[in-house]
Amino acid sequence: MLELRNVTAGYGAFTALWDVSLRVDAGEAVAVVGPNGAGKTTLLRVISGLIAPGSGELTFEGHAIGGRPAYEIVGRGIAHVPEGRRIFPALSVADNLKMGAFLPAARRKFAESLARVHALFPVLAERQKQRAGSLSGGEQQMLAVGRALMSGPRLILLDEPSMGLAPVMVLRLFDLIRRVRQEGYTILVVEQNVRQVLKLVDRAYLLEVGRIKMEGRAEALADQDFVRKAYVGL
Amino acid sequence: MIDPLFLAEAAVNGLLLGGVLALLALGLNLIFGVIDIVWIAYVDLVMICMYAVYFIVQVYGWPIWAGGLASVALGAVLGLGVHLLIISPILTSAPVNQLLATGGLLFFLQSFATFLWTTDHRSVRLALPRLELFDMPISVARLVAFTLSILVMLGLYLFLTRTYIGTAIRAVSQDREAMALMGANPQRVYLVTSAVGGAMAGVAAALLIIQYAVHPFFGAAFGPITFMICVLGGLGNMVGAFVASFIMSEVIAISGVIWSTEMGYVIAFVVFIVMIFIRPGGILARRG
Repeated sequence: MLELRNVTAGYGAFTALWDVSLRVDAGEAVAVVGPNGAGKTTLLRVISGLIAPGSGELTFEGHAIGGRPAYEIVGRGIAHVPEGRRIFPALSVADNLKMGAFLPAARRKFAESLARVHALFPVLAERQKQRAGSLSGGEQQMLAVGRALMSGPRLILLDEPSMGLAPVMVLRLFDLIRRVRQEGYTILVVEQNVRQVLKLVDRAYLLEVGRIKMEGRAEALADQDFVRKAYVGL
Repeated sequence: MIDPLFLAEAAVNGLLLGGVLALLALGLNLIFGVIDIVWIAYVDLVMICMYAVYFIVQVYGWPIWAGGLASVALGAVLGLGVHLLIISPILTSAPVNQLLATGGLLFFLQSFATFLWTTDHRSVRLALPRLELFDMPISVARLVAFTLSILVMLGLYLFLTRTYIGTAIRAVSQDREAMALMGANPQRVYLVTSAVGGAMAGVAAALLIIQYAVHPFFGAAFGPITFMICVLGGLGNMVGAFVASFIMSEVIAISGVIWSTEMGYVIAFVVFIVMIFIRPGGILARRG
């Protein structure tokens, strides 16, 4: 479904990703883990078009997407839930979800998508009129995921969904992501919380200083020194 | 002691002036909130539109509503032009460049207007009835301008809260990048915003020309107070700008009758400086 071949990317003179190759098949959940500053966020930003790759190929469902602008890529079926959630704090919960369905194709399926998001996250239905900025961290993360689902994606990119959440909330959130997955979405998730995320995904990649260092089935990686490396990068 | 009637009259005049000032401030603030650029030449665009109304009504003899509509259309076109020709090419460069570029536009427009139309003051004379309220003479032109300003601002409010593109404009002002992830092409949102902001300059022009004479330096008379209002209300904060407009217009009008018009502006600036020390984020800034 998604394939990256020898992708290099960065910001100005600084290269954050070196020669990264990665693949996500339809229906899979894949994690990218690694210590801080490994380039995990950059990886997702290249895929969703927020930054253009320096070199390499990106294809999604057979189409080349490398260097296309973000507003075009979302229309192809990739929704990015960015680091730090990035909800619109001064808009209501309902308006945030409405913006998720900004594209004409998504707008046509608005009622259907909204019902689905409300079924997954009932709290968003209860708090429709509330300012999004006044939600708790966990609720904001649910809103960010719900907003991404409103665009009618097939692939969802999640950047550190558990960041800044209380441990109890992290468990609940991973449960919810599991449910999103059962709905048939393909997921590529970047996480610091390695042990938890390995229980959620089928495969994982270890990214270290901008390079893929290891990859494999999640069960196999869970016991290895993979986890230690993912945390501290040694 | 000043006759309370004078004070009451000043308060009413302040209120009426506040409506048009709010319109100017909201237009400027809308653009700043979304594109993050202060159009220094905003009131000079208003000046160009005022000339348009003057020529259409006073020289060619068309009715004032036709002049008003033309002014709104011209304002929208000017807004698009400013964005496409001046802002867009330097959108990603340092903010000071954008400030300098729109500042350059200000001098260009002033000189251009002087060159074409000389420094003569020109006004649109409308035969409006006189109105009195409790022995106070009320300018019908000001009353009309105030009412239409409020209606246009109400329209802007509905546009920003009830339509998809309006909500997207507010969303972009909160998080540009997140809105690109929703599928909105920022360039298109900027164009819509610039056109709406420009159209508001056109409305303001039509409402100002029935009260004030236009001349090439009209922008210098209303520009500083408009920026002051935006900063006082908190740059990009629409409600703040609305409230600040009325505070400023009342300060100017009331100190105007107590002392003099010039003193009114002096006091308005003092109030502004003091408020900026007390509440640097604007009067309605959220604390914490």
